[in-house]
Amino acid sequence: MKAEIICSGFGGQGVLTIGKFLAQAAMKEGKNVSWLPSYGPEMRGGTANVSVVISDEEIASPLVSKPNILVALNQPSLDKFGPETQKGGVILVNTDMTPNKLPREDVDIVNAPMSSIAIECGSTKVLNMVSIGLVIGKTKIVKFETIEQDLKEFLELKNPQLLSANMEALKRGMDFFKE
Amino acid sequence: MAQKVLMKGNEAVAEAAIRAGCRLYFAYPITPQSELIEYMAKMMPKVNGTFIQAESEVAAINMIYGASGCGRRAMTSSSSPGISLKQEGISYIAGAKLPAVIVNVQRGGPGLGDIQPSQGDYFQATKGGGHGDYRVIVLAPNSVQEFADMAADAFDLADKYRNPVMILADGLLGQMMEPVEFKIAKTDQEIEELNKQHYDWCMRPNVDGEERHHHEINSLELDPNVLEKHVLSLNETYKKIEQNETSHEEYNINEDNEIFCVAFGTASRIVKSAITELKKKGHNVGLIRPRTVWPFPSEAINRAITGKVRKILVFELNLGQMVEDVQLSVNGKVPVDFMGRVGGIVFTPDEVIKKIQESL
Repeated sequence: MKAEIICSGFGGQGVLTIGKFLAQAAMKEGKNVSWLPSYGPEMRGGTANVSVVISDEEIASPLVSKPNILVALNQPSLDKFGPETQKGGVILVNTDMTPNKLPREDVDIVNAPMSSIAIECGSTKVLNMVSIGLVIGKTKIVKFETIEQDLKEFLELKNPQLLSANMEALKRGMDFFKE
Repeated sequence: MAQKVLMKGNEAVAEAAIRAGCRLYFAYPITPQSELIEYMAKMMPKVNGTFIQAESEVAAINMIYGASGCGRRAMTSSSSPGISLKQEGISYIAGAKLPAVIVNVQRGGPGLGDIQPSQGDYFQATKGGGHGDYRVIVLAPNSVQEFADMAADAFDLADKYRNPVMILADGLLGQMMEPVEFKIAKTDQEIEELNKQHYDWCMRPNVDGEERHHHEINSLELDPNVLEKHVLSLNETYKKIEQNETSHEEYNINEDNEIFCVAFGTASRIVKSAITELKKKGHNVGLIRPRTVWPFPSEAINRAITGKVRKILVFELNLGQMVEDVQLSVNGKVPVDFMGRVGGIVFTPDEVIKKIQESL
């Protein structure tokens, strides 16, 4: 098993955090992981992406140029990484911010209005938790319980009042495939 | 067993340094190593250590000079342009025979260059950097775990030989998060014991009842005869370091290799990926990864040239600065070829595979 994930979006959408939660959960489940952000003069509103590798084997190169899981939260991300995604890979698209579809039939595309779901959960800030819910709902790459526990530990320290909205967002992402 | 935590290389090396007994850290911020200084700023007060954001890199390295002169475990860090500024101080520290740890999280150069990963400071790190006949022990990690482990190694080596040690990382290792497991932190008592081991040479106050001592920390010696003796004695130390401390890792090195690669740090990980891919296609390519780039693992490279080897390929994120060291190790036995990317670009496994395949 080797998942090569790219999460990409606007700076401020929380893409680096999506990667961090996935990598941390996989680590706790005994997998080898690496997390590599795009870094530079990044800013809110600019573009940001993160490469995450989750593998049973030792991870040599932490660079992901051809992902098998892509989370595209906006149009530039889909345009940039969509064509590079491996054949048979999964692409999770935030339809609220991607007016143009990706013309590919050899990948499994999940279209979800992630921003709208986040707003329904109480805040656009929980968009990244909706995405994580979608990733684990679709790929089962890590267990929901592991993410849940990490999220609780993280927010209880940092911002306990945001826990319920984040948990709701995570579940809505998971349940998207039941709807 | 200690629990693994997911951490950036910059933070992991800082945490490991504190655990290894570093209580004095002075630096000036620069991307892509700023998380290191940030972590130190946060953590040093919690362990009764001292963190100072110096007014410049030059000031920071001279603070290290002073702290090391007092026999304490001290560290500074920067990225390429800042390391250039520190070179004068590093030469003084080497000249004064002091231990010190310097972390370089390399970025693209020359000049201000950019802030993406690079290995462009190989010459500077391994051939001197500052003025005069001196050497710095240079450790080259290729994972967050090794980056952290090498912090403890660096302090031990610096103390053992009374010589500056550099950890030569790059922007990718600094920014990347990987699971890391830390060694148990040294207690205050253990750190005090370490400090006391330096009492026969370092600056310190006299203890009650003790005979007066006179120690000098200095790199100036105007008598050529005395200075020559000093430089020759430093050279004896470097010879010992070459004998005892050379370290490398081998991957898929075997008697049937017709080709093997040499790469260090981040570059070695990409090459390892390429070699694993080629292995699946039935190609037998080896890798030697120097863990110390000075002293350089020349013997290991020479030893790996068995009868079947017909070519050695060097991969670096620079324009071939390590090639000379490989050629000296190979001593003309087989040709040495090279591929590198610069400007902060990291080659992909596919590019490396393509280069290797040209020689298969």
